Amino acid sequence: MRLTYLLKRLAVMIPVFFFVVTLVFFMIRFAPGGPFSSEKSVSPAILKNLEMKYHMDEPLVRQYLRYLKDLLKGDLGPSFKHANRTVNEIIAEALPVSVELGLLALMWALVIGITSGGLAALKPNSPFDYIPMTFSLLGICFPTFVVGPILVLIFGVWLEWLPVAGWDTWADRVLPSLTLGFAYAAYISRLTRGGLMEMRVQDFIRTARAKGLTETQILTQHALKGGLLPVISYLGPALAGIITGALVTETIFNIPGLGRFFIESAVNRDYTVVMGTALLFFAHLCL
Amino acid sequence: MSELSTAVPSSQGVSLWDDAWARLKKNRLALLAATFLILEVLIFFLAPLIAPHSYEVQDLERTMTGPSWRHWFGTDTLGRDLFARVLYGGRVSLTVGILASMVSAIVGVIYGSISGFLGGRWDNLMMRVVDVLYALPFIFLVIILMVYFGRNFMLLFVALGLTQWLTMARIVRGQVLSLRHKEFIEAATVLGIQRKWIIFRHLIPNTLGPVIVYLTLTVPAVILEEAFLSYLGLGIQAPLASWGTLIKEGVDVMDLAPWMLFFPALFLSATLFSLNFLGDGLRDALDPKGAKD
Repeated sequence: MRLTYLLKRLAVMIPVFFFVVTLVFFMIRFAPGGPFSSEKSVSPAILKNLEMKYHMDEPLVRQYLRYLKDLLKGDLGPSFKHANRTVNEIIAEALPVSVELGLLALMWALVIGITSGGLAALKPNSPFDYIPMTFSLLGICFPTFVVGPILVLIFGVWLEWLPVAGWDTWADRVLPSLTLGFAYAAYISRLTRGGLMEMRVQDFIRTARAKGLTETQILTQHALKGGLLPVISYLGPALAGIITGALVTETIFNIPGLGRFFIESAVNRDYTVVMGTALLFFAHLCL
Repeated sequence: MSELSTAVPSSQGVSLWDDAWARLKKNRLALLAATFLILEVLIFFLAPLIAPHSYEVQDLERTMTGPSWRHWFGTDTLGRDLFARVLYGGRVSLTVGILASMVSAIVGVIYGSISGFLGGRWDNLMMRVVDVLYALPFIFLVIILMVYFGRNFMLLFVALGLTQWLTMARIVRGQVLSLRHKEFIEAATVLGIQRKWIIFRHLIPNTLGPVIVYLTLTVPAVILEEAFLSYLGLGIQAPLASWGTLIKEGVDVMDLAPWMLFFPALFLSATLFSLNFLGDGLRDALDPKGAKD
């Protein structure tokens, strides 16, 4: 059952993936400007050599077929702007950074979200309920690019507790991952609270209460199992959102991850890097 | 989205809206949000009369000054009045939000109603296409579009609108599926009315409730996406500004001039907040039995 489902999904995704490759490829090629049309004028001879090196002198269809052939071999081609580096190398460097950032953000979201949602459900209509719920409301209305700078201002600039940019020590990882996870923590907190509140009126909870278990025991041993279902089904969309959110977070905190490379190379018209990073994102989100 | 409880013939359609209004009036938070939004829209569109300064004139003697009597929200790095810039920015943000949502609604409603009306194999095919498109992260395509084809206003809201029509199509299709075997549609068919008129005159008007609800929830999503693009430097271009660009400018100097971040962020958040609340309120009012999404 499960296997046929996966195979079916894969069978749909492969043509979609090729459609996206084609679309992105021609979209960026037909656009005005190119990687070598920069401010400093290059002599025509050099330009010609450059174009030859990257096969830019061939007809577009040939270039497309060449790209597809290389893609099947897993080769994303050379970067146009970073001399002597291939897109594979750039991705190999940037991907672990982005994955780490994403996983840390997801961890924050789950830890903060479930704890605060659980507390709120344990003592509804008390400060334990109101405070996290107000925060989660804020979390839903404040976009990442507002939360990030505010956190930087408070913890980085005023209190000077944490570094504001970079990606070297563990302290560098706190603010970006917290920023990225904040909105999801807020949503997960609401989902947890909702799920648990629904569980409270179920028969098996009444039985557990009749057995003489404390509210905390009921919560952790019985209610959490069913109450967390909405959270689990939200994980997929959350992960997709985190991947997109990383674009901004990496820009704010100057983190050498995939998102920053994508934006940087899109602006610089570094065709192969744009293609490579975009395809990687697509592949992630399709799965 | 489940079917509307009031799939009534159109002659009684008014009662649905009366009903909804009565329910909405009881929801104080939604009413507050609606009042805030109406005020905001009024202020933004009367901005030239209200703002004491122009949004692009530089007061070079007062760059980056804090809030004062002369400049209510302070001035930015180039000495431009922040109050005027926030108002004009709101105008841009709301316009983009509303226009893009309209684009998404038009595409979604037409696609969804055709799919639901045709039913069977066509419906299946059209909905599979939607499923597949759901998997694509449109925001990446929009970024690529904006970078390569310049940041023009039209392209911006069409592109943003096209990222949002999928859910709308699903909602409308569900509605149409539940409506198409109702007596009044059968009557129309028997009377020999053309299919396209059945869709446009009879089916689409009856799906309006959920469409309006979802439209209200799409506007904040689009505003957020536009702000996101502008923050990355890919949205609206100077001297025009949206809240996204203003926030970006504010972030760059936030340790020296926190008000440049504070005011645009405040307006953006309050607007998103109100739109979401109004959307929720409308959903409760128009679809009391309805599912959560």
